[in-house]
Amino acid sequence: MALITSILEQLLNGLRIGSVYALIALGYTMVYGIAKMINFAHGDIIMVGAYALYVYVSLLKLPPVLAVILTIITCSVIGITIEKVAYKPLRKAQPLAVLITAIGVSYLLQNLSLLIFKATPIPFGSIIKVPSVKLAGLNISGLTIVTLVVTVAVMVGLTLFINRTRMGHAMLAVSEDKGAAELMGINVNRTISVTFAIGSALAAVAGILYISQYETLLPTLGALPGIKAFVAAVLGGIGSIPGAMFGGIILGIIESMSKAYISTQLSDAIVFSVLVVVLLVKPSGILGKLKAEKV
Amino acid sequence: MKRTAKVISMALAATMVFSTSAMAAETFIIGGIGPTTGAAASYGTSVKQGAEIAIAEINGAGGVTVGDTTYELALEWADDEASEDKAPQAYNTVMDAGANAIMGCVTSGACIAITSQTYQDGILQITPSGSAEGCIENDNAFRICFSDPEQGVAMADYMVETMGISKIAVIYNVADEYSSGIQEAFEAEVAAKGGEIVASEAFQTNDVDFNAQLTSIKNTDAEAIYVPAYYQDATYITKQAGELGMSLPFYGSDGWDGVLGTVTDASTVEGVIFTSPFCASVEDEKVVAFVSAYEEAYGATPDQFAADAYDCVYTFKAAMEQAGSIESEDMIAAMPEISVSGQTGDPITFDAAGAAVKDVKFVTIKDGAYTFVE
Repeated sequence: MALITSILEQLLNGLRIGSVYALIALGYTMVYGIAKMINFAHGDIIMVGAYALYVYVSLLKLPPVLAVILTIITCSVIGITIEKVAYKPLRKAQPLAVLITAIGVSYLLQNLSLLIFKATPIPFGSIIKVPSVKLAGLNISGLTIVTLVVTVAVMVGLTLFINRTRMGHAMLAVSEDKGAAELMGINVNRTISVTFAIGSALAAVAGILYISQYETLLPTLGALPGIKAFVAAVLGGIGSIPGAMFGGIILGIIESMSKAYISTQLSDAIVFSVLVVVLLVKPSGILGKLKAEKV
Repeated sequence: MKRTAKVISMALAATMVFSTSAMAAETFIIGGIGPTTGAAASYGTSVKQGAEIAIAEINGAGGVTVGDTTYELALEWADDEASEDKAPQAYNTVMDAGANAIMGCVTSGACIAITSQTYQDGILQITPSGSAEGCIENDNAFRICFSDPEQGVAMADYMVETMGISKIAVIYNVADEYSSGIQEAFEAEVAAKGGEIVASEAFQTNDVDFNAQLTSIKNTDAEAIYVPAYYQDATYITKQAGELGMSLPFYGSDGWDGVLGTVTDASTVEGVIFTSPFCASVEDEKVVAFVSAYEEAYGATPDQFAADAYDCVYTFKAAMEQAGSIESEDMIAAMPEISVSGQTGDPITFDAAGAAVKDVKFVTIKDGAYTFVE
């Protein structure tokens, strides 16, 4: 019984971390699907989201709900701006140039926050205050419940948006074939902007959940979850939205389980080994589709 | 008549010169070596400033009297950038400036780099903060701070013997020498005292999520958790433990000093107990005097490096007085006999190996403030 409780609790830990990875991975995968680039600055949007929330709640003393909305808007605007300023001029450039630019933007965001907020970690209390729940001997923290509920809601909402709205269809069309979509009268630039806005909004949500969990602001806080989420996106199949969700959650659970039952020191190695194995067996990721190149 | 007046005035002047020279203090130069630039600059700066406070205090109270000579203390500082290559050069710099004894180096690596040279020169060397064993290998070298293992051993004794805890879980940073050094000594001592380590969970530098480790501990029958780590790690760990509904008491190492500045809710660390040689926020007369003098002079709160340096200067004073000489040879011989009432220990004495013998102090957090455990 104790073992079962322990496994269930570790599973919950994994689900919670995995949900945050999934939210971030969605941003990677959507941007990759549309713009065919890895937006390495995406992880730092989480950091921007966390700091923005801090500014709105602690410095400007806004009510939490308003602060959350403003945080999401801030990140979306920054996401669109980054795309317009840094990536759009390079749309026809080599993929490597875009990749390096993305890394540059990542450093820019980190160093800006270092400049503004300094290197000393800032303690920032959680705005999510939900009591924990005891369920059949399991202790589920309020934050875990909120994280899972928010993640599920976001995923359902995103799926509906993509499959049921005109903009969603436009995004699918652009990711399928940019040229053809343009010929069909789709505003490609606007579609790309919306994609970046949604990706960044998801990162903002991830940032809010992340900072509520760990309560310490650091200019580099987005780097590690960003990389893990990128791995999750590749694991699930980059470009695939269900893949990103699945990849994130699987990654969180593998990480948590290997920390608990194999070795805390090897958990990262295990996570990356799983990635290597998956890519060897199925190079496009678990749910990714391999597109045949027509020559 | 004129001539007589001149002779008298000259004689008077001569007496004045002689009398002042009898009163005027000779100077005892402490050669301080440590990093005041580079990545470890904060350590060296703290040591330098802590020493300056002690020197000002001693000189203000009339200096150090050895036999019928009174010495004023002076600090001659050289920057070694915490580098093994720069330390010998810094040592030569302070020796050229006439250093009578060496306070340093601040960091272990640099300290070891000059030990053979100080041994050859036969000069008294006291490191305020070099915790590695090699720092005090030679007979002329002494140490003020605890070595890392000593802290782990002290906490193991305290938990098992004083608190009566037999089943203990440990969370430590496997990638950090400080943390894993304490952890090894702690676990060995707990076993030796008849306790049991029911879980030994590792993490790595910059980890922020400890839920997996804590959940594992939760499912053991541990009665307490020992975390030899820095305060930022402790902040994450205590908070996440609370969320998991754990109420096990936490014990920590001196790296916990500062944890109240990083937690968002002080109740998560209420009641924790950690070893600490010095704690600036404790309401103790001697500590308060030191802290306020330090804050006034430098606008910052002294840390344990500053306190170690403060005690180091008082150790020099005690050695001079005990030896009745300022010759290194005599002072080194006097070291095992002295007893210093310092910031990090009261009394501090020195064993044959050259390590400071002092009580490990335990600090607890009560009502959101640090206090010594009674």
